[in-house]
Amino acid sequence: MSPALALENITCTFVSREDRTQRYTAVKDTTLAVAPGEFVSVVGPTGCGKSTLLNIAAGLLEPSAGRVAVFGETLLGINSRAGYLFQTEALMPWRNALGNITAGLEFRGLERHEYLEKGDEWLRRVGLGGFGDRYPHQLSGGMRKRVSLAQTLILNPQMLLMDEPFSALDIQTRQLMENELLELWSADRKSVVFITHDLEEAIALSDRVVVLSAGPEAHPIGDYRIDLPRPRDVAEVRLTPMFLELLAEIWHSMKDEVLKGYAQQRR
Amino acid sequence: MRNSGANLGLRVWQVALLAGVFLAWHLLSVPGIVPPLYFDDPYRAAFLFGEPLKVFGRIWNWFIGGDIYRHLWVTLVETMLAFVIGTVSGVAIGIWLALAPTASAIFDPYIKALNAMPRVILAPIFFVWFGLGIASKVALGVTLVFFIVFFNVYQGVREVSPVVLANARMLGASQKQLLRYVYLPSAMSWMFASLHNSVGLAFVGAVVGEYLGSSEGVGYLILQAEGVFDINTVFAGILVLTAFALVLDWAVTLAEKRLMVWQPRSGETERI
Repeated sequence: MSPALALENITCTFVSREDRTQRYTAVKDTTLAVAPGEFVSVVGPTGCGKSTLLNIAAGLLEPSAGRVAVFGETLLGINSRAGYLFQTEALMPWRNALGNITAGLEFRGLERHEYLEKGDEWLRRVGLGGFGDRYPHQLSGGMRKRVSLAQTLILNPQMLLMDEPFSALDIQTRQLMENELLELWSADRKSVVFITHDLEEAIALSDRVVVLSAGPEAHPIGDYRIDLPRPRDVAEVRLTPMFLELLAEIWHSMKDEVLKGYAQQRR
Repeated sequence: MRNSGANLGLRVWQVALLAGVFLAWHLLSVPGIVPPLYFDDPYRAAFLFGEPLKVFGRIWNWFIGGDIYRHLWVTLVETMLAFVIGTVSGVAIGIWLALAPTASAIFDPYIKALNAMPRVILAPIFFVWFGLGIASKVALGVTLVFFIVFFNVYQGVREVSPVVLANARMLGASQKQLLRYVYLPSAMSWMFASLHNSVGLAFVGAVVGEYLGSSEGVGYLILQAEGVFDINTVFAGILVLTAFALVLDWAVTLAEKRLMVWQPRSGETERI
């Protein structure tokens, strides 16, 4: 069976628009495969090209070299089988919560009563029943994230691409959202690529953690299987000895890269 | 309660200021009340500055006699037509040029030149082209409104958040749907930001056009009165126009409140 998502020898070089000789290779020679139903986290120091990798998987960005395959088919243009959760605000501010959730269905040309019905159902599923007529600026950060989640999941994508979706939330809200994500995910096990700089979050959520080196020319330097039993509670699983062992092991391999990345940023 | 009390106090002061200005005007202009301070002739001040009681008398006669309504209606029609045509063309061309970088690069110097040109000097040309009816006034108003709306919409479309755009694309929006569901609403929000300006300029276009040559409209009333040195009527026309502009502005504020519910207002603490 072909993997849900396969990145093969991806290199991504950005060229400065003003000066063509100024180049920056964010990602180099990266190969990554995600099996159907697998939850993979990609961790790495800040500025290492994690988001670049995700944008390539989403089809928002074309790699300079290499191939992206989705369920065995080479990806051309937008990855229509994927749902994308952005790090920053991505909701349309001129649509209320319900309008944002149903946007994808409207784009697909569903009848009004159909998408409203589904939208209401998803509002309730993410715990926002009764908030459908609120505009994004009237919702808290955590609520906006839930709207984003519902907006993506209502389309029933076969894979989820998540770019540090919870990094802007406070720690309590964040753990709540992480548990909700695991619950929603366990219902139908989509493939997930979860980008984060938080190693603990990665271990608590994932089946596999991939560690990227510091940029430029970032590439995977470690691939760890997380065999913690499911279902998990992200707050409790952090206290188990197995979690701490994994954390120590992966952190050990990451530490040098983090320091390298930090040193580069200070330069 | 405190707040409304403070508001009431403000209102009282505002009305008192207005009354004071009119009282000073009355005392200084009506012959014989205050000895002439500057002019040798006691009737000179009234001739140059009018007399408030006569001005109000004129306004009263206009509204009671019903003469003014036809002129106000003409000015309103000119303003609205200029506003609608200028806004629609500004939005359409603004979106088009914002999404077509090559066309935008070609047109850029000409748009800047047209915008820099003092467009009121186009009025004589419009009179030749469109005659002395409302069409020439609408044309003048459109040239004023168009650029305000155009620049705002152009900016608005170019500043659509790339994340919102990428999100809409990931949700499966086609190019056409991006235009309708993302670019257009964003452009509209910028258009509304310039609404007060553009309605005001449409009004300026209408009145200036009337003043330069017409057979009806409030500007025409002022032009006629000026021709016979009837300063009281000129002032009456100015006061009516000012009140009219305030009503327009108030209508715009109402429309804004209804249409822009999704925009956060400062001081709003409705987060839950």
